[in-house]
Amino acid sequence: MNNDFAIETVNLTKIYGSGNTEVVAMRDATVKIRRGEVVALLGPSGSGKSTFLTAIGLINPPSAGRILIGGELVMNGPKALKDSRAFRRQHIGFVFQKSNLIPFLSAIENVQIALEINNWAVAASRRRAMSLLEYLGVGDRADHSPTKLSGGQQQRVAVARAMANRPSIILADEPTAALDGRRGRQVMELFGKVAHEHGTSVVVVTHDHRALDVFDAVYEMEDGIIRRGETGTFR
Amino acid sequence: MNLAIKDIRHNIGRFALTTVGVGMLLMVVMGMGGIYRGIIEDATLLVDEIGTDLWIVQRNTRGPFAEVSRVPANLVHRALAAPGVESAREFVYHTIQREREGKLIRIAVVGLSWPTDKGEALPLVAGRPLAQNHFEMIADDRLGLKLGEQIRLGKERYTVVGITENMIGSSGDGLAFFTVSDALDIQFDVPGEAVRLERQARYARGTLSELGRKQPALTETAFLKASEIPAIGPRQISAVMITVLPGTSVRTVASTLGGWSDVSVYTTTGQRELLLKGPVEKVRRQIGLFRVLLTIIAGIIMALILYTLTLDKLHDIALLKLIGAPNRRILGMILQQAVLLGVVGFGIAFLLGLKVFPRFPRRVILTNDDLLQLAAIVLMISVLSSVLGIWKAMRVEPNEALAG
Ligand SMILES: Nc1ncnc2c1ncn2[C@@H]1O[C@H](COP(=O)(O)OP(=O)(O)O)[C@@H](O)[C@H]1O
Ligand SMILES: [Mg+2]
Repeated sequence: MNNDFAIETVNLTKIYGSGNTEVVAMRDATVKIRRGEVVALLGPSGSGKSTFLTAIGLINPPSAGRILIGGELVMNGPKALKDSRAFRRQHIGFVFQKSNLIPFLSAIENVQIALEINNWAVAASRRRAMSLLEYLGVGDRADHSPTKLSGGQQQRVAVARAMANRPSIILADEPTAALDGRRGRQVMELFGKVAHEHGTSVVVVTHDHRALDVFDAVYEMEDGIIRRGETGTFR
Repeated sequence: MNLAIKDIRHNIGRFALTTVGVGMLLMVVMGMGGIYRGIIEDATLLVDEIGTDLWIVQRNTRGPFAEVSRVPANLVHRALAAPGVESAREFVYHTIQREREGKLIRIAVVGLSWPTDKGEALPLVAGRPLAQNHFEMIADDRLGLKLGEQIRLGKERYTVVGITENMIGSSGDGLAFFTVSDALDIQFDVPGEAVRLERQARYARGTLSELGRKQPALTETAFLKASEIPAIGPRQISAVMITVLPGTSVRTVASTLGGWSDVSVYTTTGQRELLLKGPVEKVRRQIGLFRVLLTIIAGIIMALILYTLTLDKLHDIALLKLIGAPNRRILGMILQQAVLLGVVGFGIAFLLGLKVFPRFPRRVILTNDDLLQLAAIVLMISVLSSVLGIWKAMRVEPNEALAG
């Protein structure tokens, strides 16, 4: 990964359905996101934000266009050039609105599982999971079941899991939608911290305009068209 | 981290209930197998327990168990004189159904050859073998008779002097052992009035015959006991049991005795086959088929359970795929739960069975071979029934996790 851009998309297009029911959810999205950059993606509901995010998350192949991650071509049109699942396991972390956690695992186990599928030994994965939870301020909730955690705590555990394998990218789809303003902001600040302290690129889809000062760049999406917007405040 | 165990521990109540259900179902399958085995064992138990070398029965009958056989008692002496025969004993067998304390009691009556066989070889759990030629019996505990209890059969009262366990006739009725003459008395019990009428009839026949007209004094003998009238043969027994001399081939003796045109000869193995092919064949097949059906049903139910268990976890499975868990991890979770369900269900079935089966009216026999076979079948069912769930899990798309 000898490229300044963690994510690069070229003319990414997604068409759902065909004929009468055809929906162009994303059209010619060309975006470059730097390493260690935390980016917000704004836009009204149905504008194609999730489509874009899941496309670069390699769980929703585009109809056309290219995706490069770390300078490496991973998607060429709908064709995956890598084992997508293995690639996600190593390079991409996910956080989304809710039901992020596996209900039958405790907080720490939810983080551990991400490490174990990457062949971490049990003891080492437990140590790392614990230190991540502490880093995100939920170390004292390690052995709680997800249902016993507040929404904010659940999102912190999800962030810990997303960070577990030191991915180059974390993708978050409306991660604060279920949280109140203060807690929402705390989670957004956490993404900033992760991006700047660990060099991870973070893309956050959000409706919340109050926390935009946290982001290095803002993209706006409307009717499937993505363009770079104004951040307003810069740190 | 074992996802299968974690999930089960999280839903322990539901899993416990499900396994108990599966366990009870498997107990029925297990019980069916045990009943099947019990019917076979019970059918051949007496033949096996007696363990004689050869059975001589009425010509062309499949007696004395599968059907009625009648041979003269003096056949014993003829058989003893045959080359290669070490001992010959009388055997009497018939089933009676009487009433005792207002309840029906079915007894499979066995006559033992007094005095050579007093029942010493029987597996007594209480009391003693027969000690006199008359009025004593050894009863199986299944008949519900107590040691020292007296029961009236025909004109006499018989005292229970010994108790056996699990001695059952081919129809499942408890056995009772008497001397041959007592067994015959029970079988040929004739009421006083019938005896009087029979003697009158004999007298009438005598006076009508030429011999009676020429020698009227002869007709007076009509009023003697049947056993004292030479013209009336002795009461007939069911079969004669033969043991052959050591070093003599059973086959040779069988062919010698089989040459007599008034009898048929069977080996113990032959008797077993007669019983298994005859009286219990249909029951055996019926239960066997029922068992197959139950096994299939158990398989379908387990498949449905595992399928719904998987359906409940589809979101979690999508999430696992999203974060990059390999298929074998997901497949392993479902498969392990399936096997655990099968194994724990089997264990519950076995433990429940140990408590429940002894209360059944007929024997339910769990042999190690049958248990092992069932265990293998359950394991196979578990694996097969998880296929449906695995198929569903493999088709889930990782982005379904976002639909939360
Ligand atoms: N699986 C799908 N099949 C058909 N249409 C879809 C599917 N997913 C999304 N769409 C459509 O694509 C458009 C963009 O959806 P989405 O990316 O979810 O928008 P957003 O996340 O901005 O709300 C919408 O019009 C939506 O109805
Ligand atoms: Mg969306």
